[in-house]
Parts: sequence; C-alpha cells; structure tokens
Amino acid sequence: MREILDCDVAIVGGGIVGGSAALFLRRMGLSVTLLERDWCGAKASGVNFGGVRRQGRPLEQLPLSQRAHAIWGRLPELIGTDAEYIRSGHLKLARSAPDLQALIDYRERSAGFGLDLEIVEGEAFRRRFPALGDRALGGSLCPEDGHANPRLVSPAFARAAAALGAVVREQTPVDRVERDDAGRFVLLSGEGLEVRATHLLNTAGAWSRRVADAFGEPVPLVSLHPNMAVTEPLPRFLDVNIGVEGGGVYGRQVPRGNMVVGGGRGFALDPDRARPQRDAMLSLMHDAAELFPQIRHAHVIRCWTGVEGYTPDRNPVIGPSRTTPNLFHAFGFSGAGFQIGPAVGEALAELIRDGRSSAPLDAFRIDRFPPTTITTP
Amino acid sequence: MSGLRPVIVGAGPAGIRAAERLVAAGLRPTVVDEAARWGGQIYRQPPDGGFTRPKSALYGFEAGKADAVHQAMAAIRDRVDYKPRTLAWNCEDRALDLLGDGVSETLPFSHLILATGATDRVLPFPGWTLPGVFTLGGSQVALKFQGCAVGRRVAFLGTGPLLYLVAYQYLKAGVAVAGVFDTAPFDGQLRAAPGMLRDPATLAKGLLFVGWLRAHGVPIHNNVRPLRAEGTERVEALVWSRNGREERTVCDAVAFGLNLRSETQLADLAGCRFRFNEMDRAWLPERDAAGRSSVPGVYIAGDGGGIAGADAAELGGERAALALLEDAGLPVEADRVAVLDRRLARVAAFRRALSAAFPFPEDWASSIADDTMVCRCEGVSAGTLRAVATSGQAREINRAKALTRAGMGRCQGRMCGAATTELLARALNAGPGDVGRLRAQPPIKPLPVAAGRPSDEAAS
Repeated sequence: MREILDCDVAIVGGGIVGGSAALFLRRMGLSVTLLERDWCGAKASGVNFGGVRRQGRPLEQLPLSQRAHAIWGRLPELIGTDAEYIRSGHLKLARSAPDLQALIDYRERSAGFGLDLEIVEGEAFRRRFPALGDRALGGSLCPEDGHANPRLVSPAFARAAAALGAVVREQTPVDRVERDDAGRFVLLSGEGLEVRATHLLNTAGAWSRRVADAFGEPVPLVSLHPNMAVTEPLPRFLDVNIGVEGGGVYGRQVPRGNMVVGGGRGFALDPDRARPQRDAMLSLMHDAAELFPQIRHAHVIRCWTGVEGYTPDRNPVIGPSRTTPNLFHAFGFSGAGFQIGPAVGEALAELIRDGRSSAPLDAFRIDRFPPTTITTP
Repeated sequence: MSGLRPVIVGAGPAGIRAAERLVAAGLRPTVVDEAARWGGQIYRQPPDGGFTRPKSALYGFEAGKADAVHQAMAAIRDRVDYKPRTLAWNCEDRALDLLGDGVSETLPFSHLILATGATDRVLPFPGWTLPGVFTLGGSQVALKFQGCAVGRRVAFLGTGPLLYLVAYQYLKAGVAVAGVFDTAPFDGQLRAAPGMLRDPATLAKGLLFVGWLRAHGVPIHNNVRPLRAEGTERVEALVWSRNGREERTVCDAVAFGLNLRSETQLADLAGCRFRFNEMDRAWLPERDAAGRSSVPGVYIAGDGGGIAGADAAELGGERAALALLEDAGLPVEADRVAVLDRRLARVAAFRRALSAAFPFPEDWASSIADDTMVCRCEGVSAGTLRAVATSGQAREINRAKALTRAGMGRCQGRMCGAATTELLARALNAGPGDVGRLRAQPPIKPLPVAAGRPSDEAAS
C-alpha cells in the first residue's frame, strides 16, 4: 500500500535551511512535507563548527545574515531551545599589518549593514584579550556574533516545524522526483511513499545535485570536509569566537570548557561520509596550540568532519530554478550556511508565498553559472 | 623477506601468538602495544625493576600459561619491531598512526592483525561514581601492575569469569574480600556446565576459584542486584538485593563489571564491516573462522572480535597469522591449520556456554533510576537518555549522542556505550541491535595536543 501525501510544498533535506523553511511555511499556513534521508540536522547543519557569525561574509550576504541575526535572537520562542547560543562576540585576528588593513577595509565596506565592527589593536588589544597575548597585532570584533551548539539547533527547526503541523519524515530518501502533466511535483520514496506538491524546495545540502539533476539543472557543487577537533574541558580562558584573517585555524571555547578548533580538510570515505585526515588533524593541533597556548598540555578527545557543498564563487545558490517552475534551490553555502540558514528558510517561504523575498537574493541566482561553464566531477 | 609489512596491534595472548607464527615464517612483524611490557591485560607483567612477585602469585592457576606467552614473545624479541607504550590512534589508507613518547608517526602496513582485546562492560548503578568503585579489570591492573589493591575490604560485583578470578587474586594477595556478588543465577551456571565440559580445564578452573573462595570464608551470592554504593568521601558499603530482600555489606571498595566488551574502534577505522552479535550484545567486526575481516589484509584475533578469553585468543592469534601467510601466498602447515580450526570450532560452543553461565542482566535497563549517571565524561543521566528516546527525538545511538552528549567525552563511548545502547533499546522497546552503533572517530583515545606537527606544506 502506497501512502500518498498531498501538500503545498515538499522539501528535500532537513538541515537548518530545509527545517527553517518548513517552520516559516507552516507559520504562513502552507502545508509542508519535509523528507530527510538521514535524521534532520544530522549532516553539515549539525556537525559544523558552531560559529554564528556575520563578520567576514561577502557583503551581498549581509542583508540575509542580518535577518538571520534577528531570528537567532528569538530561538527559544521559535524552536523551543536556546541551543547553547551565546552572543559572545566574534573576533577576527590579524597576524600581520596587511591582514589588519584588510580588517579595517572590511569594516568600512560593511559599515551600512549594522555589524558594529570594532577594530582593536596594539596595547588595547592585549589588555582586552589577554588570553591571546601577542599572537596577533589586533583584530576586528563583532560584538553580537557568537556561537551555538549545531547538534541542538538544527534538529530543533525541523522539530518545531513538525509541532506546527509539518509532516516530517526522517530516514526517508527521495528515490525519484518528477512533474506530472499538471506541473505538480511527485516524489517517491521506495515503494511506500508518494508526495505530491505544488512547490518543491531543494535544500539537500551537498546532495542537492541529485534533485537538480532530475530537472536537467546543471549545478556547480563540490563536496568538501571541514576538519575539526575538540579538547577535554579546560579552565575558561576565552569568551569570544575566534577566526583569523586569511583563514587557517578557528576556535571557540564552550561554557563546559572544551575548546573546539577547526582548520584544514577531512577526506571523503564515499559520497555520503567523510572522516578527519591524519595530517590535517596533526597540523590543526599544532596550529591551534600556537594560537591558543592554553591548550598545549590538553588532549584532543575527538576529531570530526562533515560533508559540505561548495560553489565556485563560495556564495550559495538561493532562488528559483532556471529549468522548472515552482522549484526553488538553496544550497552551496560553502562552509558558511549555519548562521544564515534560518533567514534563507524564511526567504524561501516568502518566495513561495509572495513570489519574491524581502531580502535581496539576486547575487545567489543559479544562472550566474552559465550551464556551459559547469563541469560535473 | 618480501615486501610484506605486517603490523600487529596488541601484545596480549593473541598478538604474541600471531607474531610468533609470522616470525616462524620468516617475516618481521611490527608489534604495537599500549602497555610498557608484553602480556596484554590478562597476562599483564609488573613494571620493570623493584617488582619481584613471582608469576604464581601474580597469575595463580594461570601462571604456566602466562609464562608460556611471555616466553614466546621473549624468544622472538629480536625478530620483531616491538613498540611498547605506543597507542595506535588512527587507521587511514592502510597505515596506522602511532603515538609513542609524545610523538605521532605513521606506519604503513601490508597486513594488519588487530588483537586489541577488551575492557570491562560497565552497567552503572547508583553510587558507581564514588571513589573506591573500580572496574574489575582496573582492579586487576592495580594488583598486577602497580602491586596495590583498590581497597582493604573489597566487594566483587557483576558477572563473568573475571569476577571470580579477580576475587581469587585479591584474596591470594592478602586483601579481605567482602563477598562475591554475582548478578547471574546459580542455576544458569549449572545449566551451562555441559557446554563448559567441552573445555574441562576452564570448568575446573572456575570451580576451583569458587571452591577456594568459599573455603576461605568468602560469601558468594548469586542472582544479586546492586542497589547502590554508599559512602560520603568514598565507598563505605554496597547495598544489594536478592529475591527482593535488601542487604548491606560493609566494604571500602567495589570492583565491578559485567563480562567484557570488545575494543573495536581500529577495526571500524580500518573500514571493517560490522554485525550485531546477540551473544555479546555488541556490534563486532565480521570475521571468518580464521579471523579475516571484510577488508582484505585486515585480520581480527582474540577478544577484540568477540569475547572468548585468553586461551581462544592464543588460538585466534596464531590462526589469523596463518591466514595472513596463506593470503600472502606463503606456505603454511596444513596440519597446524587443521588443529587450530578444530580447536577454534570448540571455542564457539564454549562462548555459548559462557554466555549462558553469566547471562546479561536483562532487567538492568528498566530498573536503573533516572538520576543515575550513565556517561561520566559528559554528565548524562539515564533519565536524559530515556527522555530523548521516548520523546521520539532519538531512535538511534549516534542521534542520542548528538542530542545528549552521551559518549562524546574522553572515553568516546568506550565505557558508557553499552549502557547507553541498553537504555535506548529498552526505552524504544527494541533490541540492543536495533539502535545502531557508535561510529568510531580518530583519535580512538585522547591524543595530546602537543603531538601535533606543522603541515608538510608549511614545512617545505
């Protein structure tokens, strides 16, 4: 017996984008079915570093990022948990004069967006951030950025959507997706489930190509694997979430005292799974101990990675398909989808309800990648 | 000879017998072991220097076997690359990552024999985190390696052959044994006797321990359920029940464990396929009768692939080495293979008998109070785990880990994984094989940050 679900919107992928889209669509009164192959929020949305950061994003992302910032401020009301979200501040370090200049330039360019960036340098820097000593010339502080526990946040969006009446099916891979003669979408999972929907959201993260392929939509997406490690709990020495201009290592200390650090890449075991890579783990430990000597005598208790979808220009694809009416994409966040995710979900809901989003999405159109330029790995 | 680079992880009975067989075939294996001296957990040797207790005192009835295993390794010492005090913390792309003397090195292998052994299976009970509560294995290590006891008056709690062995070893070392508290019913042990008879030596040994303990006035109780360990600064008493009657036994230490659990993380990282084993109530790497895993060139020997004890480990280690030689196209003595295969076939029956004699206390997961700590590293209680299961948030153990942190701390689930599995299964009205298994991640044990090194790119 095949179960048939009929709804306004079908969503493929229950990460933070799909989960928040489901939540906002339900709040608008649309009927939603969310299909997740694994558990909601178990992939990149749930295993990322946990930085909730606007600072450093390309300017075109900042309007969405600002909207996300407001959503993060309402987490308990929206999803029933604060998910260990703390507005600790995000401090981006400059370890050379040109890097400090780059931070100053970014502060100027982003001045109109409300990040309230503050450049701290020299003696003032050392006084204010004694834990970082002289390992940076200075930094740019975004006081209201912070960090959260991704393992708690991301599943909670889908759960909140379900509580408002969204049909959320986990362990439910989409095996086939097509359009019927009336232009409605038909999704099949095994022999047992058929979902019919007017609109389709492709929020399948690094696996979004599979949905796009079904509609002849070339997608420039590759999978990469951030390398992360966590130490045993240590006395608190760091409040702010730390990044470094020019990349490299990043770190945050959670209230329990564990230091979470990231840098380098893991490797793919297969298209669905990845694992930390030995040289990346060892060099991350080395680099992190150099930046945070406080962890020098600690142990790393766990390393992990995930599978993230990257685009060539490191901006996501958000918006309507160029091949198929009523199909919308949101993927390719290129390692930076966690903070912005809830606002993307909200923008997708607006797109479906109103045909347009109140946040500018032009920079994220899929047709910025001419099909002929897209090579599929 | 040849380009073979066989590596053996573990220098217990399985690892040593494997090494011995490879050396006999002219190979030079690398033997990696966490301990300072070979012998494994069961035949652990005291540290060099100062410790002069004879083997008969250290190992009791097992002294002969311990000595034989020790001698076997001593005899091939010059023909193996022996790396003591070395942790294999990762396996990636047919190479191990080893930590020794604070430095990490990568060791490629052509063939890998995992003889990683086992640790105690721990099922928490109220008060188990009090100072003075130890695992059985930990208590044995204290005695054999550090030459000290975990207390002056020790209660032995749980089930399995180790329960009686360690109690015997403690009594023999002059420590007061407050009692042996076996969760298994005595009739189970009688029922299992026919199976045990397939291995009369083991049966006799077990009876000897029990008889010896009784003769020395040690009370032995069956069908016991621990209620709590009591004490303020440390354990002062074990409160337990039998047939609904509550009793209190004064002691200053509790040694407890419910059989053993296999150490399987390296097999997981090596890519071996796992299967749930009903007898061990654990996911184990699949292996054929000779010890071949699902990954060509990777072999599993001894308790690391399922709990069968030290004698079986010796057989399994040698058999895995012979399988390696066969697979490498080297000659092996067919007669020896046949002998080992025959003996190993008997091990399976013995395993069933052991499991019947020392059954898992199936009522544990439903009886344990909500406020009992299950994951010590992260402070996760039984109630928290039950709540994520019954609320529908977690139907699988990795999900429960993500939501509650159980298994996320220093031990990475090595200590709390079995208990977490049982709790989730019970809360979900499922079997322990239905809630998935914790995925291994490197490092399999905590790795000092100081072992880090600059990336090759930066160095060049």
